Amino acid sequence: MSAQSEEIIGNSPPGGKSLLDVPLDVCAAIGGTILTFFAVVGRLAMFVGRAIAHCFLPPYFPNQLLRQLIDIGYYSIPVVGMTALFTGMVLALQSYTGFSRFNAEGAVAGVVILSVTRELAPVLAGLMVAGRVGASIAAEIGTMRVTEQIDALSTLSVNPFKYLIAPRVIAGTLMLPLLVFVGDIIGVFGGYIVAIYNLDFSSGSYLTQTWDTLETMDVVSGLVKAGVFGFIVAMMGCYHGFNSQRGAQGVGAATTNAVVSASILILIFNYILTQVFFS
Amino acid sequence: MSEPKLQLSGVKKAFGSKEVLSGVDLDVPKGKSMVVIGGSGTGKSVMLKCVLGLLHPDEGSIKVDGEEVTNLDARDRDKLMQKFGMLFQGGALFDSMKVWENVAFGLIQGRGMDRKEARDIAIEKIRAVGLKTETAELYPAELSGGMQKRVGLARAVATSPEIIFFDEPTTGLDPIMADVINRLIVEQVKELGATALSITHDMASVRTIADYVAMIHEGKIIWTGPVGDLDRSGSSYVEQFIHGRADGPITRRVV
Repeated sequence: MSAQSEEIIGNSPPGGKSLLDVPLDVCAAIGGTILTFFAVVGRLAMFVGRAIAHCFLPPYFPNQLLRQLIDIGYYSIPVVGMTALFTGMVLALQSYTGFSRFNAEGAVAGVVILSVTRELAPVLAGLMVAGRVGASIAAEIGTMRVTEQIDALSTLSVNPFKYLIAPRVIAGTLMLPLLVFVGDIIGVFGGYIVAIYNLDFSSGSYLTQTWDTLETMDVVSGLVKAGVFGFIVAMMGCYHGFNSQRGAQGVGAATTNAVVSASILILIFNYILTQVFFS
Repeated sequence: MSEPKLQLSGVKKAFGSKEVLSGVDLDVPKGKSMVVIGGSGTGKSVMLKCVLGLLHPDEGSIKVDGEEVTNLDARDRDKLMQKFGMLFQGGALFDSMKVWENVAFGLIQGRGMDRKEARDIAIEKIRAVGLKTETAELYPAELSGGMQKRVGLARAVATSPEIIFFDEPTTGLDPIMADVINRLIVEQVKELGATALSITHDMASVRTIADYVAMIHEGKIIWTGPVGDLDRSGSSYVEQFIHGRADGPITRRVV
């Protein structure tokens, strides 16, 4: 066999690469990435499955749950409230600017209430809570991981999934809908303030239009979305914190990954749920 | 040796292509203190984590009181853990809790004991390790390294475990504080009548707390015997390690 034919079938000469090696390397890189992706998805799915199972199986830690309900719910009210207030105000201003070009200023109240309840309150509250709570959960659990506190829990006969993960996941899933409900009210109030005091709307007609436009499904869909987003935020924080690598850098990376992955998943699931509710 | 409380046979554990434990065989007699010595990266901590169930061995058998424990489900593992106490190298104290809550944690959360009763036991244990009662109300961040080790020891013995693990109990302490901790370990283990398994490379610690010594090298136990035989082990590896010589069969790659 000649040297040329050896090269074509892949028998590379010493120190060099044959022509076949290049596409094989590309395929190996793509294959490796796909395998890594499925491995991560598999690990995450197993983690989520274990976490959900431990939410229902005894023993329960009510004190931990109460602490998380307060941490995730009560202490997030200012952040969510401020976000909703200014979102409602900006929405009223912007929709008025747009609709006035078509003499449709009367639609401002309807646009504000629908946008806030269906989309803006759940999504923005989800993203704000991902930043505040998701980061905090990942950093706390990550630090516990690298300082062996999670191992210490196991040696003290306490399952870390029941003690650390389950209360946070339950609290996230329950509290975000409540936060969004509060955000709905504050957001609509923000729009009302701007409409009445800045855009000279009549208070009575603005409220009537708001009430007439609103349907139960608008609020319910937002609250269901909020529950899903709360679950995602808590789960991403717990997953990345629990699997944090050694050292300060590992905890930092876990925190970043928790916020980024939760934010992206919130946007993806927002589309899916919108499609389910309103298509 | 008397009947083994803890028995490891052919335990292997690898991380990717790196084999850390290459078939560990070790018997820890009931009521005795076994200390495993060995250099950094020889597999001591991995061995301990396999026994505790924090890592799952790839091969081999780990028995506690003659019962296989390598494939226990979560519920049985939690039950088994009630036999164990552990003093971590860095203390691993829960920084969001007061000292007494740390010590009482296993009693309250693990055993469902009433908080007041658990607090009384915690205070008793805190005093037993030489700390003042007022320390109970402090947070771990307010304590020195030696005090944190004492609290860690109090937490490890608070549930009166049958087997206590000590991971590098004197690392990071000055020689006097190290001796204090060693003596406390001996005192507490004897008082409970517990079986102890420690890992360390501190020879002063070994001579104070060990009844038996085993040496691990490259993931295998290469020598084991009573602490009295340590200086006449006949193993060039043990000789080199206990005298801290750079020259000998144990070679270190400088990376």
